[in-house]
Amino acid sequence: MALLEVRNLGISFGGLRAVDSLDMSIEKGQLYGLIGPNGAGKTTVFNLLTGVYRPTEGIIRLDGENIVGKKTVEINKAGIARTFQNIRLFKNMTVLDNVKAGLHNHYKYNLLTGILRLPAYRRVEKAMDEHAMELLGVFGLDGEAKNMAANLPYGKQRKLEIARALATDPKLLLLDEPAAGMNPNETEELMETIRFVREKFEMTILLIEHDMKLVSGICEALTVLNFGTVLAQGNTSEVLGDPKVVKAYLGE
Amino acid sequence: MDLLINIVEQLINGLRTGSIYALIALGYTMVYGIAKMINFAHGDIIMVGAYSLYVFYGILGLPAVAAVLLSVVVCVVLGVVIEKVAYKPLRNAQPLAVLITAIGVSFLLQNLALLIFKATPIPFGSIIKVPSVQIAGIHISGITIVTLVVTTISMIALTLFINRTKAGRAMRAVSEDKGAAELMGISVNGTISLTFAIGSALAAIAGLLFICQYESLQPTLGALPGIKAFVAAVLGGIGSVPGAMLGGIILGIIESLSKAYISTQLSDAIVFGVLVIVLLVKPSGLLGKIRIEKV
Repeated sequence: MALLEVRNLGISFGGLRAVDSLDMSIEKGQLYGLIGPNGAGKTTVFNLLTGVYRPTEGIIRLDGENIVGKKTVEINKAGIARTFQNIRLFKNMTVLDNVKAGLHNHYKYNLLTGILRLPAYRRVEKAMDEHAMELLGVFGLDGEAKNMAANLPYGKQRKLEIARALATDPKLLLLDEPAAGMNPNETEELMETIRFVREKFEMTILLIEHDMKLVSGICEALTVLNFGTVLAQGNTSEVLGDPKVVKAYLGE
Repeated sequence: MDLLINIVEQLINGLRTGSIYALIALGYTMVYGIAKMINFAHGDIIMVGAYSLYVFYGILGLPAVAAVLLSVVVCVVLGVVIEKVAYKPLRNAQPLAVLITAIGVSFLLQNLALLIFKATPIPFGSIIKVPSVQIAGIHISGITIVTLVVTTISMIALTLFINRTKAGRAMRAVSEDKGAAELMGISVNGTISLTFAIGSALAAIAGLLFICQYESLQPTLGALPGIKAFVAAVLGGIGSVPGAMLGGIILGIIESLSKAYISTQLSDAIVFGVLVIVLLVKPSGLLGKIRIEKV
């Protein structure tokens, strides 16, 4: 059974059909790409998957469970985490606190314990620190733990966003244009990071990307959207060789 | 020498009033930081706290500690209920609608108090029975000592709570980016409720200290400290927790010094005048950050 199964998904904003009858299925452990020209509806699909928008029709199944109609917070708990096209870190919080914010639902102590700073509070916060530092270490960010997120260089902010998303312990990781604004060297490094995350965390990854080098380099399967509908779907090499896709990207 | 002692005493008085303003201002600034609204009913929570103390201690005759705790609980519950009933349905409404609603809630609370307790001021003896002290000729009243100790503890506890606990981290995350916080699994509704609960608890404490100082209850007693605390929050930079503390204390000291050395009648005018000048020079307040809106 596929980890993510999308059937006949659609949404309209007023008269605009932003996404129309989208079918897509992603296997566990797959690295899947969602591509298409600007305005094709890619980020709308992410917003549908994470419950930010409610679809007009269709089904989204994560691990067999329909998540349509669930709130964003519940969908995150069910196992979908994401990063953003325009980085949305908690900029005035430390790097460590950003990751700890992602760990929010995985550690518990009650309010009073926190106010009175009882031993349970110290124990849990220490465990959170260790867990967060471990995640930061994976991305080579452990040296930056005490810095403000806003002060990190761009590439590291991208990595921190991935670390924060992974902290929520997702089954499916959504990356929205992770290579946006990166130079070829940084993109190369990012590809390594994405591959590494997949191996290390046995993660299923769905990414939106414009950088064809990255897409052809790491994605195993693709869906190409154009004007909200599926233009092509399947293995990366087949899809990228499809004349319809070439036309949509390059024109006649 | 006498003048010096007098000045120091006035400064201490200012610190006492100012620290009460600071406690109230924290509620305004935290709610603004997280829900992006000005809760104009916040001042009336002070009044509810004061009347609750009167009911539990003065009428029902409960022990002072129990009466204080129950009064805080009443305010916390009230604050959370107000948010759920009046503000939550307007979460995505235009700011003006929320502002009008908050003013409406404020009137509602004042008039309910008027209905139940009538307009005649009720005398209320202070529950604080700490003797005053004399240090190097400077006279410090028991209420001042208790006020300074309680407000200092509250502010330290709040700072630690916001900066060092899971719930505080969630509050900071929500105040920076609600959407991203939700996508990371942090409940925005829960966090907003918690913020109102903490703000109301601080307002209750402020109300209790305030009433022990003024020893008289009336339905509008929260209005003036409420509006001054709002000024303090704006002065310090609305949305900034240290700003609210600083703003409250500065306001209290200016008020106390102008009452003592310039004019009692003019003291409020001077306080608000300072606000105007600060905002002209630094529109975001003393510790506030200027937000650059993306176009």
